Amino acid sequence: MVKELLIILISSSLVSNVVLSQFLGLCPFLGVSRKINTAAGMGTAVIFVITLASAVAGGIYKYILTPFDLTYLQTIVFILVIAALVQFVEMFLKKFMKSLYQALGVYLPLITTNCAVLGVALTNVQKNYGILEGIVNGFATAVGFTISIVILAGIREKMEYNDIPESFQGMPIVLITAGLMAIAFCGFSGLL
Amino acid sequence: MKENSAAERLKNGILTENPTFVLMLGMCPTLAVTTSAVNGLGMGLTTMVVLALSNMFISMLRKVIPDKVRIPAFIVVIASFVTVVELLLKAFIPFLYSALGLYIPLIVVNCIILGRAESYASKNGVVSSLFDGIGMGLGFTAALTIIGAVRELIGAGELFGYHVLPESYVPCSIFVLAPGAFFVLAALTAIQNKVKIAGERKGKDMSKIQSGCGGDCLGCGEKNCADRRTGADQRKEENNG
Repeated sequence: MVKELLIILISSSLVSNVVLSQFLGLCPFLGVSRKINTAAGMGTAVIFVITLASAVAGGIYKYILTPFDLTYLQTIVFILVIAALVQFVEMFLKKFMKSLYQALGVYLPLITTNCAVLGVALTNVQKNYGILEGIVNGFATAVGFTISIVILAGIREKMEYNDIPESFQGMPIVLITAGLMAIAFCGFSGLL
Repeated sequence: MKENSAAERLKNGILTENPTFVLMLGMCPTLAVTTSAVNGLGMGLTTMVVLALSNMFISMLRKVIPDKVRIPAFIVVIASFVTVVELLLKAFIPFLYSALGLYIPLIVVNCIILGRAESYASKNGVVSSLFDGIGMGLGFTAALTIIGAVRELIGAGELFGYHVLPESYVPCSIFVLAPGAFFVLAALTAIQNKVKIAGERKGKDMSKIQSGCGGDCLGCGEKNCADRRTGADQRKEENNG
């Protein structure tokens, strides 16, 4: 059991990295990666939300959708649950955990429609993961996201003062950087 | 052409406001499924069906939906159509269903669809909304097919599954893998930048060409998107400041 969870952990965070090999969550990856500390803040918020969302979505799938034979409604249910959950988490943090809210608050609304959150919930169902495996998969995926966004932010900070051809300034050079990172992450594919 | 007529809407979606090449919306699926021209075509058409139907429905319901809960209402409509299309694909086109996999349900969070619902269907009549959906969908399909064809041609030497390049061509398989998607998109945005800069130099209004911010854009306002500061933009700021 522990071994299986460890394999999920490594494969979801490194081998099939959510951004660099599955293209989920590209929006925050490209959008919030200008500075290392904002990237890290975004990463933390994503870890928090995805882990929570995969637990809740897994529970709903197992105890509500499956017994009532409603599994075909998964997409609709998951997207609504995720949107509601993010709102709830935001209100909860604002009320009871001021310091955490100040650290993560700005990023939370951004995550609502981050396709990685829905993607993880759906992958958990597709791969027949139990609730615990789902949570581990969600956590690992989010860790993979954080790793790649922090690395990209680091590279972008260095790149700030480089002399880049006019047409490549801005997004194109960031995409090329992401492509090179994806090549590097291809190297993990022999790991498992 | 009359504004909001069917023909004008189709042209708008395919050329003037092409969702991929001009507006840069919906980049997640654009990168993920364009490993071959067939996959791109399939994903584009699937999205088009969802887009046209949801646009039509949202336009019908636009006077009923209260303004405050419109986004959740739109999402429910879109998610329902995505589910319908997903089940149809599973039943009738299983090879496409397995090729696109996870990215079919993820059409829900494709910002083209929510974007059109918000900016067009919720304000306009049923017929023009339907054609707006079809036009945008066709524009998206064309873009995905072209990107898929380029990646398939360079990466495997094939086009729609047929060998077109001579045997002596060694496929550069990185283009069908994940990094290739980033490189192709980088080239695309660089071309877009170049067009924008050239247009601005001539004094044309290029504000339609947008920065775009990757995948899903509900909460991703312009301020959060990586703004593509082109050289021309920066110069403008320097002049102003």
